Amino acid sequence: MKSLDKPGSAPTFDSVAEFFAQALAIEIEAWERYGELADQMETHNNHVIADIFRKMAHIEGMHRDEIKRRAGDALVGGRPASFSWLAPEGPEAIDLGDVHYKMTPRQALMLARHNEERATRYFEAIAEAATDPEIKAFAQIMAEDERHHVVLVDQWLDKFDPDDPDWAEDLDPPVISE
Amino acid sequence: MNMIQTQPHAYKPADYKSAVKPVWCPGCGDHSVLVSFQRAMAELALPPEQVAVVSGIGCSSRLPAYTNCYGFHGVHGRSLALATGLKVARPDITVIVASGDGDGFSIGGNHFLHACRRNVDLTYIVMDNRIYGMTKGQPSPTTEPDWDTAISPGGTGVSPFNPLVIALASGANFIARGFTGDVGSCARLIVEAVRTPGFSFVQLLSPCVTFRDDQQKEWKKVTHEAMVPETDDPGRAARRLMSDDGFNLGILFRGHRAPYQPKPLADLDVARLEAEFAL
Ligand SMILES: Cc1ncc(C[n+]2csc(CCOP(=O)(O)OP(=O)(O)O)c2C)c(N)n1
Ligand code: SF4
Ligand SMILES: [Mg+2]
Repeated sequence: MKSLDKPGSAPTFDSVAEFFAQALAIEIEAWERYGELADQMETHNNHVIADIFRKMAHIEGMHRDEIKRRAGDALVGGRPASFSWLAPEGPEAIDLGDVHYKMTPRQALMLARHNEERATRYFEAIAEAATDPEIKAFAQIMAEDERHHVVLVDQWLDKFDPDDPDWAEDLDPPVISE
Repeated sequence: MNMIQTQPHAYKPADYKSAVKPVWCPGCGDHSVLVSFQRAMAELALPPEQVAVVSGIGCSSRLPAYTNCYGFHGVHGRSLALATGLKVARPDITVIVASGDGDGFSIGGNHFLHACRRNVDLTYIVMDNRIYGMTKGQPSPTTEPDWDTAISPGGTGVSPFNPLVIALASGANFIARGFTGDVGSCARLIVEAVRTPGFSFVQLLSPCVTFRDDQQKEWKKVTHEAMVPETDDPGRAARRLMSDDGFNLGILFRGHRAPYQPKPLADLDVARLEAEFAL
């Protein structure tokens, strides 16, 4: 397996097992990240956003389980732990620097949408580059799953009004600027 | 030297996570340092109980609580003194020190010089946000002289110091700089720092989103991979670090100095020590 050295580019895999190991690592990373972000928002009393991140974590957790189910025996032989911890983060993990303690639901969901789109492109690129028909087929399924997640997030976004321009205003600011 | 007995990928980053939830502001670079640290430990496959994370005081110094390695949240500026004692007494343990630019370069500045000079096998991670975050935004030794705020009207007018140059001049065996916007690269630097014997200094540019909301975006733009490969020549490293723009990322020096590690005294036991220090 070539690790996620360039997210967005198409890694190649020596076996179906390696493909699944990578896909699984990406989902685990996204599931963990959403959980961490939900914890952060809870700590900072932004419960609405904590809830959104918690639900996203749940969706990624289900996707992780689905990949395990699809992989079946392939994963057992696939050394999933061969994923490099030192590679850049996967396409589905929200950048830890992109969040704000007063962020709005739209902003949180736009971040999620951005990453679901990145993941779609990532698996599309793998499907396109793969020569092994099995890897190609599984990558297409993964891309389809991610596309479906984009649609889900879009439906969710529709439920929220546009952001208040003063969304970042804090009535008890951490620093007084004058 | 660290006696790292590794078993590849025996651990996952989550194995180094404690049940304590970080209280850092969302968006703070220190969250990324924690993730990088966990990934580095997983890559090194170090059993959590063979790692000790020592810190001083500051937002950055809260890091040990969020790991399930052994931890010591010490006194402001004294993390290196504590860590040195621990490593000398227990060379079998991998000792990582977590600090901030205030903790490490202001009140702890003198310890920094002598830790580099002694070259005990420690990994010193300084989360540099060019500010005292915990105490609400006072300038630190790495703050720009013209950083103009209510707390430092007109800026301090004092030149920042370059901790990497000081580390080199004082004898550190490994010097690197990372930016928290790239978790994988920070993890790689921590891995290399731990693997390199002696005192390893890793400056991680870690934005404070609350008191320096300009930093995150700015550092994303200006940080860049170092153009030249790492060197083991202190002369070359000195020239390079003296002309450094402060945003070169990567391993900037890796030397060959043997670490300081006194032989444990075989006949030393706790009862004897207690007797010696009895009042
Ligand atoms: C002996 C002592 N002096 C001063 C303080 C107050 N104090 C707490 S944290 C801090 C500075 C922290 O700055 P830094 O190390 O850069 O950490 P950051 O919060 O920015 O991560 C100071 C001066 C203290 N706790 N103890
Ligand atoms: S005050 Fe600054 S350094 Fe401290 S947790 Fe918040 S963002 Fe991080
Ligand atoms: Mg600081």
